Amino acid sequence: MAPKEHRYDAVIVGAGGAGLFAALELGRAGVKAAVISKLYPVRSHTGAAQGGICAALGNREPDEPLWHMFDTVKGGDYLADQDAVEIMCDEAPGVVFDLEHMGVPFNRTDDGKIDQRPFGGHTRNFGVAPVRRACYAADRTGAMVLHTLYQQCLKAGVEFFDEVFVTGLLFDGERAAGVVALGQRGGDFLVFRAKAVALATGGWGRIFRVTSNAHASTGDGAALALRAGLPLQDMEFYQFHPTGLHGIGILVSEAARGEGGILRNDGGERFMEKYAPRLLDLAPRDMVSRAVYQEIKAGRGLGGADYVGLDLTHLDAEVLDKKIPEITDFARVYLGVEPKEEMIPVAPTAHYAMGGVPPTVNGEVTPDERGTVAPGLYAAGEVACVSVHGANRLGTNSLLDILVFGRRTGRAMAAFAQENGRPEIAPGAAEPTREAIGRLRRQGGGESAAAVRDEMQAAMDEGVSVFRTAESTARAAAKVEELLAGYERVRVSDESSTFNTELTEALELGNLLALARVTAEAAARRTESRGAHSREDYPERDDGRWLNHSLCYYKEGRLEFKSKTVTVTRFEPKPRVY
Amino acid sequence: MADTVEFRVMRFDPAADAEPREVSYEVRAGERDRVLDGLNYIKWHLDGTLAYRRSCAHGVCGSDAVVINGTVGLACKKLIRDLEPPIVVGALATFPVIKDLVVDLEPFFAAVRRVRPWLEAGEAIPEREFLQPPAELEAFMDGTKCILCASCVAACPVVRRGTPYIGPAAVVQGHRFINDSRDVDGETRLRLLAAPDGANACENFFECTRVCPRGILVTRRINEIKSMLAAGGYVKGEDADG
Ligand SMILES: Cc1cc2nc3c(=O)[nH]c(=O)nc-3n(C[C@H](O)[C@H](O)[C@H](O)COP(=O)(O)OP(=O)(O)OC[C@H]3O[C@@H](n4cnc5c(N)ncnc54)[C@H](O)[C@@H]3O)c2cc1C
Ligand code: SF4
Ligand code: FES
Repeated sequence: MAPKEHRYDAVIVGAGGAGLFAALELGRAGVKAAVISKLYPVRSHTGAAQGGICAALGNREPDEPLWHMFDTVKGGDYLADQDAVEIMCDEAPGVVFDLEHMGVPFNRTDDGKIDQRPFGGHTRNFGVAPVRRACYAADRTGAMVLHTLYQQCLKAGVEFFDEVFVTGLLFDGERAAGVVALGQRGGDFLVFRAKAVALATGGWGRIFRVTSNAHASTGDGAALALRAGLPLQDMEFYQFHPTGLHGIGILVSEAARGEGGILRNDGGERFMEKYAPRLLDLAPRDMVSRAVYQEIKAGRGLGGADYVGLDLTHLDAEVLDKKIPEITDFARVYLGVEPKEEMIPVAPTAHYAMGGVPPTVNGEVTPDERGTVAPGLYAAGEVACVSVHGANRLGTNSLLDILVFGRRTGRAMAAFAQENGRPEIAPGAAEPTREAIGRLRRQGGGESAAAVRDEMQAAMDEGVSVFRTAESTARAAAKVEELLAGYERVRVSDESSTFNTELTEALELGNLLALARVTAEAAARRTESRGAHSREDYPERDDGRWLNHSLCYYKEGRLEFKSKTVTVTRFEPKPRVY
Repeated sequence: MADTVEFRVMRFDPAADAEPREVSYEVRAGERDRVLDGLNYIKWHLDGTLAYRRSCAHGVCGSDAVVINGTVGLACKKLIRDLEPPIVVGALATFPVIKDLVVDLEPFFAAVRRVRPWLEAGEAIPEREFLQPPAELEAFMDGTKCILCASCVAACPVVRRGTPYIGPAAVVQGHRFINDSRDVDGETRLRLLAAPDGANACENFFECTRVCPRGILVTRRINEIKSMLAAGGYVKGEDADG
């Protein structure tokens, strides 16, 4: 039976902040758009973002977009493309006001303006001292942004296909022509034809075992792009957030330190004084994660164990209850720790993919190092690598990224869809995807997806974590390759076509394995330390050789790498001290 | 605690079963494991066919509301060690079961959409932000915490006995916008909530408030809407007491 076909002018895969803002712009422009999401939109992981979204509003103290730009470039260890960073920081206040007008319940100053708080790496006057730049809605900023955008999409008449799992991209020659998807409820195949297609599928923290990311953060869009012959950029740069709840990885936002929280080791020492004398606990995440890791390694974790303490006991109860209520609740519910009385046990947790599918500042996917555009194909959000975060993202810059570039992507798609006709798809274009899934369902091998996933995550935690070496990355890459070879034997015992989550988990595993492999190989290749990529065997940054983006392609079973120039406009690379 | 604990999970395969059936599993569980970890254990180690929804695993996405030992709650927020075994897990009450613990939430989202859950800010949009002092934020903040998990609806005795009622979550959504100083469409929403199956169908059982995983004072917000309906003449005053 031929799969059911839907026709839209624009199709967006993913209903997080990036996808929804793009969809809203399309709705506002009157373009017929559909959003396809494997989760109900409000379940997307954007809803887990806690701390805030930054913009140089200057509501609490003087601030300027140029300072924000400098912090972002320096925070990213000079690997970000500065033209893109400048756009993001300039458009930040406008995006925040846009969200406020749509209904985001930001915390307020006494006179009713949007309140702002300090966050790691955000400074006044090019690094002098922390600045209050993060706009926030308690510690549920992401949920408020996500729900608000969804509400406005409903109002704008955007159409949604909820719990529909995209499994393949369709092309007409070079041009994007649509997607193939699996309806989770009925197990039916669907073909979506469109003039413009956007990937907004979020991150892939689940390549690691200890992560702040949702079960659904499996990088499906990035893997689809890779398989379609498109590159993934800067995949070696994966961010570890310094403060995950010990053992489970649930995030304790940097907002806790923004509000005055202090990291302490077993001796009660405020150890960040040694590592970042000026910004202390509000240094960028890569530095704080390394510091935590080193304290633990030196035996100075609490009680000698593999975690340090996040001390909030000196903060006013009012601050805990009003500004970071969720975080304090997590500590109570999940660890049985009362943050008003004792330190919260924390350790680094895999958090954010700086790398991804490379687009222009208008979201157009660029398949090569020269900036050529793949017509009709767009990417926005964590799946994309614009690149505004370079080698290390600053806190609150991701919500900003997904919204600024989500919005720009929607606008560019609207223009493209209005100017271009509908591409063709070959009859049977959906067949390869359908066959691949059919094989997976029939193969009945011995391995469970869960067991393979466990092994992959253990290998990645071990070999491609906060610190890496040639040896550790090679070991992880070899293990992942071995698992990939065995992917054929993964078992799907569920034969049902209704909500077959064993099947979707197996598909997600295939995507995770592909991305784990790229991450490990990219980390093995870059023989320098920059931002979140810390090579113990190459501890220095090497601008002569490595001030460039990596592009990774999948060709006939192998990975191939290329380099791409970094755009430097205002800020020449300098040593990075805080 | 013992390192294994018995889970009894309600299974339902629409292709094979006429009625849900209870299946027992021995689950390995640690000190910090939650009911969701138990379900994952079953799915990943014992029976891959078990279907349930989950994503964030820490109580913020609203995916995994189920019935645990008779009480509605998020599987990712209930620690196994706090429960009396056997741990009986069933699909969210009041909704049609699609498979195992996955229910059809379309009626839930449809009810929420009835109150036009989006800000109508009108024509006069300022260049910067609307000024909204903390007290004005406080007036609608509680409702913004809702993650649309549907726990309150599943726990509501009025809904359970089949009396037409839009449900607590939809009223909470209405409350959130009606009380937002930026919104200009409160009257429309109040009119919608004045319907016979609107806010006044609530009989103050307080079950919604008890189960809400976000600590929203659901019943109180519903009663505030009832008072607004009465005060604004949308319904007759005597219907709105309690
Ligand atoms: C715990 C936590 C806290 C954070 N806090 C902050 C913060 O305070 N400030 C900040 O700036 N950033 C923060 N971040 C980062 C930021 O939240 C994320 O990077 C961002 O929200 C990603 O948004 P997105 O729209 O790209 O993707 P997501 O919100 O992850 O959405 C992905 C979407 O894609 C869909 N999808 C995926 N695969 C498929 C498929 N195969 N078929 C169909 N649909 C699919 C999903 O259903 C979902 O709708 C935080 C991240 C985490 C994990
Ligand atoms: S009010 Fe509470 S219980 Fe009801 S849907 Fe919202 S979060 Fe869930
Ligand atoms: S899995 Fe997100 S609320 Fe439980």
